[in-house]
Amino acid sequence: MANDPISQFKLKELIPLEVGGMDISFTNSSLFMVVTVLTTSAFFIWAISGRGLVPGRAQSLAEMTYEFVAGMLRDSAGSEGMKFFPLVFSLFLFILVANMFGMFPYFFTVTSHIIITVMLAMLVFMTVILYGLYKHGLGFLKIFIPSGVPGFILPLVVLIEIISFFSRPLSHSVRLFANMLAGHITLKVFAGFISSMSAAGAVGIAGAILPLLMVVGLTGLEFLVAFLQAYVFTLLTCMYLNDALHPGGH
Amino acid sequence: MFITQALAAEEANAGGAFPPFDPATFASQILWLVITFGVFYMIMSRVIIPRLAGILEVRHDRISRDLDETERLKNEADAAHAAYEHELAEAKKNAHSIALEATEKSKAEAATAREKVEAELAEKMAEAEARIASIKAKAMAEVGTIANDTTSEIVKELIGGKLTKAEITKAVSASVK
Repeated sequence: MANDPISQFKLKELIPLEVGGMDISFTNSSLFMVVTVLTTSAFFIWAISGRGLVPGRAQSLAEMTYEFVAGMLRDSAGSEGMKFFPLVFSLFLFILVANMFGMFPYFFTVTSHIIITVMLAMLVFMTVILYGLYKHGLGFLKIFIPSGVPGFILPLVVLIEIISFFSRPLSHSVRLFANMLAGHITLKVFAGFISSMSAAGAVGIAGAILPLLMVVGLTGLEFLVAFLQAYVFTLLTCMYLNDALHPGGH
Repeated sequence: MFITQALAAEEANAGGAFPPFDPATFASQILWLVITFGVFYMIMSRVIIPRLAGILEVRHDRISRDLDETERLKNEADAAHAAYEHELAEAKKNAHSIALEATEKSKAEAATAREKVEAELAEKMAEAEARIASIKAKAMAEVGTIANDTTSEIVKELIGGKLTKAEITKAVSASVK
């Protein structure tokens, strides 16, 4: 692997495929999506295969994850929100596991590509719009009209609401993408310092301890970020879904 | 310095756009994301979530059933305890009355026995007194005869004469008086 902070994000074709002039090759990114899906599904199926009344360690973890996401969704969107539970649960686990796989050296981070996070954010955005219109019809437009605002500034507020609504997928996706990208670049840059400095003789090797400590600290931080960004993405999803369920509710 | 070096190296070897913004890779990524996430969603919503929800529901039901059962058993135990207390109180009352009865009965029996014994004793005493009285009377009657005989003998020895029985009796009677 090249000693630069950008090449870790490069896609490598593992199985070249092309349909109608479109490059749809199976790449390292595709591989890690498949690995993410397979390991997560396999873990959950294995963990709950015992169906124990008193859960073991793995089953406890599976149940805790379930309760964690269910609690998040129920708190933000109420009990009607539970009809979106499969979507929210899948999003949380997919992002979390993909982020965590990204923490392994030489592994590819699926969520460090903006197209992936944009697709996930658009999935949520379209779900909100389609379900909102299906359920409430034009009443869904009430999300742009906050209650209790004086009439003379209402047009301005509605404009702001519309802009903020349509910029949601952007902030939703960029937040995850930028965090993963920046974290991995930072790690790689500091790791690069270690090798560059230690090439400069004894003084350099002694000095390389500093970036090494930095990398150790950042690795811990990145694990936190990997979890936190999955959590934030899921939490925002829950709040957006709440708008689809209760358009006049804010 | 290192960053510029790294960036220079990147430009040298990639010769293209910054990878996350390279539109040439979008089609492949979208396709594989749709496939993998779609499969993942299916597995989650069809297999894993129903099973997990089932496990949690079964546990919830089991716990509430066990709690109901506990409540029932507790009520039963309370009822049994109350019944026991009741029985105990009754038994205590019974025991008390039995003891009272027994005391009364034994008192009465003792009184009867004492009366009987006293009566017997009184009877015996009366009998004995009567016997003593008759013996005394008999003895007193004999005293006169003995005195007469003795006097006649003494007189005979002293004076050698004979006294008539009537004279002796008269003399004895006079001395006795």
